[in-house]
Amino acid sequence: MVTSRIDHKWGMVVDLDRCNGCQACVVACQVENNLPINDKNSFLQNRAYEWIRIERYWEGDYPNIKARFIPVMCQHCENAPCEPVCPVFATYRNDEGLNVQIYNRCVGTRYCINNCPYQVRFFNYWHPNWPERLQNQLNPDVTVRTRGITEKCTFCIQRLRRGQIQVERRNGGELNDGTLKAGNHMPACVQACPTNALVFGDQNDVHSPVKPYFEDVNKYNIHHEKERKTRGYRVLEEMNTKPNVIYLKKVDPNLGDGHHG
Amino acid sequence: MQEGRVLSTREINRDLLRSILESPRWFWPVVTVLGLILLVAAIAIGIMVNRGLGVTGLNRPVAWGFFITNFVFWIGISHAGVMLSAILRLAKAEWRRPATRAAEVLTLFSLMTAMIMPIVHTGRPWRILYWVFPYDFARGIWPNIRTPLVWDPSAILTYLTSSTLFVVIALVPDFAVLRDHTTGIAHRVYSVLAMGWEGNARQWKLQIVAGVLLSALILPVFVSVHSIVSWDFGMAAAVKSWHSTVFAPYFVVGAVHSGVSAVAFALILLRWCYGWQDYIRHEHIDALGRLLIVVATGWFYFLVMEILFGMYGREADELMVRQTQFTYWPYNFWFILFVITTYFIPVALWLSRAWRRNLWIMSLACISVNIGMWLERFLIIVPGLINKQMFTFVWADYRPSIFEYIIIGSTFALVTLLMLLFSRVFPLVPLYDVKEGDVLRTQIQIGRRTVPATFRED
Repeated sequence: MVTSRIDHKWGMVVDLDRCNGCQACVVACQVENNLPINDKNSFLQNRAYEWIRIERYWEGDYPNIKARFIPVMCQHCENAPCEPVCPVFATYRNDEGLNVQIYNRCVGTRYCINNCPYQVRFFNYWHPNWPERLQNQLNPDVTVRTRGITEKCTFCIQRLRRGQIQVERRNGGELNDGTLKAGNHMPACVQACPTNALVFGDQNDVHSPVKPYFEDVNKYNIHHEKERKTRGYRVLEEMNTKPNVIYLKKVDPNLGDGHHG
Repeated sequence: MQEGRVLSTREINRDLLRSILESPRWFWPVVTVLGLILLVAAIAIGIMVNRGLGVTGLNRPVAWGFFITNFVFWIGISHAGVMLSAILRLAKAEWRRPATRAAEVLTLFSLMTAMIMPIVHTGRPWRILYWVFPYDFARGIWPNIRTPLVWDPSAILTYLTSSTLFVVIALVPDFAVLRDHTTGIAHRVYSVLAMGWEGNARQWKLQIVAGVLLSALILPVFVSVHSIVSWDFGMAAAVKSWHSTVFAPYFVVGAVHSGVSAVAFALILLRWCYGWQDYIRHEHIDALGRLLIVVATGWFYFLVMEILFGMYGREADELMVRQTQFTYWPYNFWFILFVITTYFIPVALWLSRAWRRNLWIMSLACISVNIGMWLERFLIIVPGLINKQMFTFVWADYRPSIFEYIIIGSTFALVTLLMLLFSRVFPLVPLYDVKEGDVLRTQIQIGRRTVPATFRED
């Protein structure tokens, strides 16, 4: 039974004021998406898999040093630079606003990796291996990628699909903020975030918590940044990649009102 | 065609066919050594395919490295063929004659070698078939024509096809000479290749018309091939210092620079190997040297412009890449070496007539250019990737592994081996062209001096 489809346009809002750099999202992502275990070697070779990573920047001089955290995952750009350069359409934009990667089309030119300004695409330089005792923890909903393939954050499309099947097709409901949370259909990082720094939702849903931010940022583009009503901004907005991820600036209490760090 | 004595047709046939009809003593040892190098490289590629690209030094920000550098380098070398035979043929430059065949053949072999590199680069070569031969009927997926990676194979295969035709058409009269000089199986093979060539007026007319037409038709392909290769980088919007509009002319001129230098060096080698002193004469190398001064200076202009355009925008990220290129170890060393070896050393040497006619110095200058041009591609590709991220958190350096060095080194052995094998089967200096040059050899009066004509005016 296929009911009429609901138009979704997924989006994420990252509140930098709430992120405390705990890396729970990184672990959750690693487990959910069958990422190979990053050992010492993979970091030494600069080949670690981090579909979501917490970048840590130090700000200020001793003794007033502050750690600033920014979680970076695939931004699911509307104008994704990675898409036009793939010769085999292994990466394309689907009708739910996601930039998706089709593993068995990928031939490994790595052009998309070069062309991603956010550096969130990962190439399998080695065949992925898990220790014997972790073989059974692999998520059956997610493909285990072989070597020679580029992979990246999918906004946990397997969870969204399960949600669409369970909520929309079976019960005739709608996958909105409430049902996403109730059935654990949001991405693993969002579910794991202890401070609710990551918020996931449907931009087409009027009640979605992400909607006001996307509306605000879309309305006032980079040239009218000052007129924005919210703290929202897009990373590397000058590239005009139009990400479906919006960051909220950190509020710095020392600077007083109107000055957002 | 003026220096040196006038040779009889019999002499020309005997000398230029010597490489085919006799086997030099050094030939098989050299072939064996080159073959061993290729064997080692084949093993290296085998291990790489078996174990994964992890054995290379590539990493997260630097996804393209030595293989792509080498790909661009060999595509660059391949531009010598058309430059020397098509452009100089249309320009009626007489001194091109002995150099044309070697240049065209070098074009073919360097193109083939270049095409190996992206296939090796992907790590799972069989998957490449999806987009170089883009018919995936089973899944109905057509290739993405928006990507330069689909333009690339189209341009390169077009260039390869037209260059092959060009070589074959120029070879037909020489096949006929070979047919008449051989017996047995070789005779039969050359008979088929000569396609019934008798050397009558109609055949000559057709051959010349075909040559001139192909020269004219191949020119746009010549310009487009390296332009399209440069768009591999130019289209990468997210990589600072790659995303530049000046790349197409810059790459084409650079390709001619490295290609003509490579041909000059190949000619000197051939002259030395097969004793073709009467054919590849100092005047030819001299003329190539003079051509190279112009090409090198044009290229240097584009180099300066490329840097200037990059800096002009005053974008922090672009400046960061430039800073890496100019100041960070070891890129600053490579950069200085690159500018000196590509422009200042060779041009300084080429400016002197005596040095242009000294084969040792010419060889040195030509090798120097090619070292520099290889470094140029490396310095375009890698610093851009190292510093491409606007996020500084994931910066990393690139350290190529032994596998990459072996595979890169073997491509030079491969081209040399293919050239050597070719020279054993087909004449590397066009016989009929040299004879035609001797017939047309003229001298012109300038003031009180009689000088040989480098250009034929008719």
